[in-house]
Amino acid sequence: MSAIVAAGGGEVAHHEIPDPGHDTNTGVSHAKLAMWLFLSSESLFFGAFITTYFLYRGRDTQYLKGPTPSEFFNIPFTSVTSFILLMSSLSMVLALAAIQRGDHRRLRIWLLATCMFGIIFISGQVYEFTEFYREGLQLSTNMFGTTFYVLTGLHGAHVTIGIIWLLILWGRSMQDRLPTERYESVEIAGLYWHFVDIVWIFIFTAIYLIPATK
Amino acid sequence: MTTVEDAQSVVRPPARRASLLERPKTTTGWFSWITTVDHKKIAILYGGLSLVFFLVGGIEALFIRLQLAQPDGTVLTAARYNEFFTMHGTTMVFLVGMPMAAAFGNYLVPLMIGARDVAFPRINMLGFWIFAFGGLFIYSSFALGGAPDAGWFGYAPLSSTPMNLGYLPGRGPDFWTVGLIMLGIGSVATAVNFLVTIINMRAPGMSFMRMPVFVWMMLVIAFLTLFAMPPITSALIMVFMDRNFQTNFFNAAAGGDPLMYQHLFWIFGHPEVYILILPGMGIVSEILPVFSRKPLFGYAIVVFSGIAIGFLGWGVWAHHMFASGLGPVAVSAFGLTTMLIAIPTGVKIFNWLGTVWGGAVRLAAPMLFALGFIAQFTIGGLSGVMHSIVPSDTQQTDTYFVVAHFHYVLFGGLIFAIFGGFYYWWPKVFGHMLNDRMGKINFWLLVVGFNLTFFPMHFLGFEGQPRRTYTYPEGMGWDFLNLLATIGSFVIALAVLVFLVNVVFSAKRRVPAGADPWDGRTLEWTTSSPPPEYNFAEIPIVTHRDELWHRKYTEDDEGRLVRLPSGAATEAPEAPADPHGIHLPSPSYWPLVFSAGLPVMGYGFVFKNWWLLAVGITLALFGLNGWAFEPSTAPDAHADGGSHS
Repeated sequence: MSAIVAAGGGEVAHHEIPDPGHDTNTGVSHAKLAMWLFLSSESLFFGAFITTYFLYRGRDTQYLKGPTPSEFFNIPFTSVTSFILLMSSLSMVLALAAIQRGDHRRLRIWLLATCMFGIIFISGQVYEFTEFYREGLQLSTNMFGTTFYVLTGLHGAHVTIGIIWLLILWGRSMQDRLPTERYESVEIAGLYWHFVDIVWIFIFTAIYLIPATK
Repeated sequence: MTTVEDAQSVVRPPARRASLLERPKTTTGWFSWITTVDHKKIAILYGGLSLVFFLVGGIEALFIRLQLAQPDGTVLTAARYNEFFTMHGTTMVFLVGMPMAAAFGNYLVPLMIGARDVAFPRINMLGFWIFAFGGLFIYSSFALGGAPDAGWFGYAPLSSTPMNLGYLPGRGPDFWTVGLIMLGIGSVATAVNFLVTIINMRAPGMSFMRMPVFVWMMLVIAFLTLFAMPPITSALIMVFMDRNFQTNFFNAAAGGDPLMYQHLFWIFGHPEVYILILPGMGIVSEILPVFSRKPLFGYAIVVFSGIAIGFLGWGVWAHHMFASGLGPVAVSAFGLTTMLIAIPTGVKIFNWLGTVWGGAVRLAAPMLFALGFIAQFTIGGLSGVMHSIVPSDTQQTDTYFVVAHFHYVLFGGLIFAIFGGFYYWWPKVFGHMLNDRMGKINFWLLVVGFNLTFFPMHFLGFEGQPRRTYTYPEGMGWDFLNLLATIGSFVIALAVLVFLVNVVFSAKRRVPAGADPWDGRTLEWTTSSPPPEYNFAEIPIVTHRDELWHRKYTEDDEGRLVRLPSGAATEAPEAPADPHGIHLPSPSYWPLVFSAGLPVMGYGFVFKNWWLLAVGITLALFGLNGWAFEPSTAPDAHADGGSHS
């Protein structure tokens, strides 16, 4: 097994693009394995909040405090920003493909495009939050206000971290400090980005698409 | 390729501009401890700081016992008592149990699997710094407006009611929630690191079923940590939001459900129990074979039992909530799963007994602690099974019986295993033996003190003394047993003192240990004591479970042990044939910079000072940015294909 030979301290053969997982037991590089494990942990984090959202859904009917979700939602608007967020996964894949080809100009274009899509999504969320707030939905208003703001807000924070991450990658690429051999840096940022997108599919479905009992 | 020393003196590549924090160069001296990425140094830092917190938490416990020594005690006020029992629990679970496992795991996992370091040396250091800052952050609450006082479990709505409503007027719960979120980040990072190290970095031939049981147990608890921290983190965020931003997660008046908090907490809390005890089981599984001169009885079943405990640990959380009115179906189901988990635990106990049975037993200090673990853990396990019987549990809930139960498991079990681990691996870590006679005194004092403290609590519980109550009136019939427990707690303190004296005394005497003082079985004993920075001159090739044993011994025709003639394995290894071939990660400031941002952010949240929060975020981002593109080994000319830790 080549993995065993390499782990034994042998000299690493010099490829055009070295495989980052060449000297591990599984063939998956440390960094990528770590990201997968971290994302599995994140799944439970969002899982807890989505569960809480479902548990508390419709409880406002019992307590009749304040407005219900349907009075606020602008589903066409949120669908558009959601679509843009999902499209950012495509540009993320194109960024990875570009660096793997060694096309650093396109890498930077697609990284920036992904960031832009993310920023549009976050701007939409900020707009939505201010709009809801003006119409009278606060954190303390009722269970919907509590669970909605915290769940979508935490997701927004994750998207923001992703944007900062991609901007750092873009900046390093501008300084020529993101060579082709380090394509895995882009791949791992991409794993995080796709995860955040997939989580949004669940959150969007849970909050906007499944009609509340009242 | 270059040596570590060369690597540090080489001029940076031209593309790299001098940055604010020039990469640290030193690997010796006190300053190197701040920037080190060596898993062995980090382990010593973890162990030392956990020991300090162990003493602090122990002093809190002594105050609790002084207060309860006689009826109507006046040593502590009710408010101070609440702070002390809350911080005693929080400290022992989050600042002693978990980091102590990280200390042992950090030191031993790479050595046991034949690796030169962990997968992410800087994340490793990050985990330590977050632990240090998180612990100091929580303890700073004593000086900054009141320590946590809602219990280590911080039940909502007591912990989540806004401060101005006056149930808990101090800032304690805020420090508690923010501090635990911080520690959780560090725990997940450390867990990921252990997982990748064990899954990806085993030496050639070190298949999973050849790994020492301790490594297996670290693998299991890393998975448990990975999945247990998110539920409590989300619960803590909800508590913090409820208390500070008027959300209604646990506010029953607005439709929130306090029971939801208990579920989220115990979905973390019960796996947490196994996160604490499984490393202890791993340590004992290493000590018993060495001091019985027999292989571990039923290695595979011990490993699978550990995994089974890890799995079943997710299905028993509601047995902490039997008194909350879950309904007969849920309660019966959780009662049954709780009984079920006794099976793999019992299997392990019998395997340990089978290991000692018929062995050439040496009763040195580590072995005594391991045997003490088995006896006392069994008592604690049996009182645990009593809790699975729901009517009985309802009677015992919130009485001292429960206190007795979990101290038998976590003190009689885990702490005894940790002390056994200290005596066993001290020679490997520091190169000299701990005095064995003082170790035996330490052990017997601890056994007497521990049982004197906690055994009477079983009876106090049956007689109805409630937990978490700062005093009790005369004439309840609890006076004598409480006094006994208090006397016992000071015997425990004496035992710990003997240990500390032993540490100082042995360091002065410095009886050199040699590479393999106990006639060990696993790979850490093949390298010198203390091991060189690179652990192994040549990465070992593993052909057996208990690799070192098979290098030293074989069996003759009648099955008797015969020592192999060479004995080379017990001598310190020669210098590496080509020291230029060994790449080690270089020290770094960035973990310190990043984690220093976290408590600043924490104070920003607790005091709602958004400037402080912004400073903390900036500091953390600055640290992350510097980290992200600092190669793990300087300079990054070659052979580091983009490892990105």
